[in-house]
Amino acid sequence: MTGDMAAGHMARNDMAADGMAAGDMVAGDMAVGEMTEGHMAPGEPGARDIAVLGAGMHPWGKWGRGFVEYGTVAAREALADAGVEWRDVQSVVGADTVRGGYPGYVAGATFAQALGWQGARVTSVYAACASGAQAIATARAQILAGLADVVLVVGADAAPKGFFAPAGGDRPDDPDWLRFRVLGATNPTYFALYARRRMALHGDTPHDFALVKVKNAAAGALNPRARYRKAVTAEEVAGSAVVADPLRLLDICATSDGGAALVLSSMEFARRHGATDPVRIRAVSTVTPTYPKAVLDLPDIATDSAAVVAPAPHTFRASIARAAYEEAGIGPEDLSLAEVYDLSTALELEWYEDLGLCGAGEGAKLVREGITALGGRIPVNTSGGLASFGEAVPAQAIAQVCELTWQLRGTAGGRQVPGARVGITANQGLFGHGSAVVAVR
Amino acid sequence: MTVTRHTPVVAGWFTQGVDEEDFRLLGTRCAACASVFFPREDSFCRNPACGGEELTEVPLSKRGRVWSYTDGRYRPPAPYVSDPDTAWEPYTLVAVELAAEAMVVLGQAVPGVGVAGLAVGAEVEVVPGVLDEDPETGTVWTTWHWRPVLSVRPGEGGEAR
Repeated sequence: MTGDMAAGHMARNDMAADGMAAGDMVAGDMAVGEMTEGHMAPGEPGARDIAVLGAGMHPWGKWGRGFVEYGTVAAREALADAGVEWRDVQSVVGADTVRGGYPGYVAGATFAQALGWQGARVTSVYAACASGAQAIATARAQILAGLADVVLVVGADAAPKGFFAPAGGDRPDDPDWLRFRVLGATNPTYFALYARRRMALHGDTPHDFALVKVKNAAAGALNPRARYRKAVTAEEVAGSAVVADPLRLLDICATSDGGAALVLSSMEFARRHGATDPVRIRAVSTVTPTYPKAVLDLPDIATDSAAVVAPAPHTFRASIARAAYEEAGIGPEDLSLAEVYDLSTALELEWYEDLGLCGAGEGAKLVREGITALGGRIPVNTSGGLASFGEAVPAQAIAQVCELTWQLRGTAGGRQVPGARVGITANQGLFGHGSAVVAVR
Repeated sequence: MTVTRHTPVVAGWFTQGVDEEDFRLLGTRCAACASVFFPREDSFCRNPACGGEELTEVPLSKRGRVWSYTDGRYRPPAPYVSDPDTAWEPYTLVAVELAAEAMVVLGQAVPGVGVAGLAVGAEVEVVPGVLDEDPETGTVWTTWHWRPVLSVRPGEGGEAR
């Protein structure tokens, strides 16, 4: 199983309490779900909601079959969940894989063909790990622009074994190729650089990192769609092989096969369809970094220079969440749960800080005190996270929204967060693709 | 019989034909806003407030401080070059913060320096190194390495900035 590990991303920062007009719109006496667009002016939170009518996933694993099958299974499940006929879907958006010959057969149309050509508008998007969020953002833009009432979003991957590697050939103009050629810098080495930095800066320990795996494995054990469904102890993490010091095999997410799909619609379509209180997507953040990007990020060999232009007060990853909060009119204190991209255990702790769940350097405290575990104040990665799924790149950001959907519907079974009303997903795609989705009910 | 040729793994990223003391990474500086870039930008300044199109080569600081470090315990995939028939020797990666440029630059540590010999905040300097050799063509691919300036005792930790 050595080398069966994955891709990823990064940055750092605090953000915490600097008034984002947070609870103003959604807290108070009015529950989020009671607000409908009929009562508010354009630009108010909720005025640009879209409905999640259906969610579906092919279980994650190493199944040895093609990505088209995984995506088709997920799409059929999402359509059945929505009670929407495929023939009535007006637009299909595929999140592309780079595998399978001609990259992902250019995914949108391949999924449309597998489901049966019916003439729908098609879009195919690729943004590495953020592909799924871009697919959701595309569907949302079409719905809000009135170009489509109901859209199917699908992402699926059949991942190779071992380290993710760049495309072949001699391509010195490609930063991703260069970091492998010049440095041998695999994705886990970047995760390890952040982990070591946390240890030096904040006093985090490898045991703290292991606690993230323990927490996520416990949640994953309750999720029938997860690939790894066994409890893991801190001792087992400490006993696994070092991949990139200080991170061990069980600190680093695997690469997996999987597929995820959503049926999204306008609120008006949802009403006509009889969905009176659907989960709604209230914000989708797809921001890029601002210059100078001062935190080393894979596949970078160096950061931008901050000598002439001062970096923004918030790093790229913090800005991903901030944009989502701002659009949704909420703040971290309004969250019932979060799904974050735990490419490594240590990275999950950075997301806590970037999401504003705690101040800079306080991430480890949250996991030590069980605050982010099921039953804690703000459960993170209730699905089990990448620790329990492994990464199926173009499906993963969609899968994060599937988990929010089930949690907000109250149908997440043994891992249900009681009374969940607001959730956020966060992720980052290689080369500077921000990704966060806020869902409410 | 082949003649050994020393060739930079990437052209223009570091000085050639100089002794170790004068070895530097090479970036570029925008003539309009003075922003420095490494890897080098030769056509357009990436400062969104600038738009400059004249960039000139500039050597980067020789010394910096360790921002973070790690190692690769498993053989990386191609295009990293290694002999699959020999046991894998982990390499050490160092991210180094250059004060004058206010940037962090990655590199491998000089051979023989492991993670135990590094600490966040420790001073390192850039020196010429060899990445790999191609016996068929006689090409020696050269690169840059980071080398600790002062030895750091294990357990001493580092003064993180």
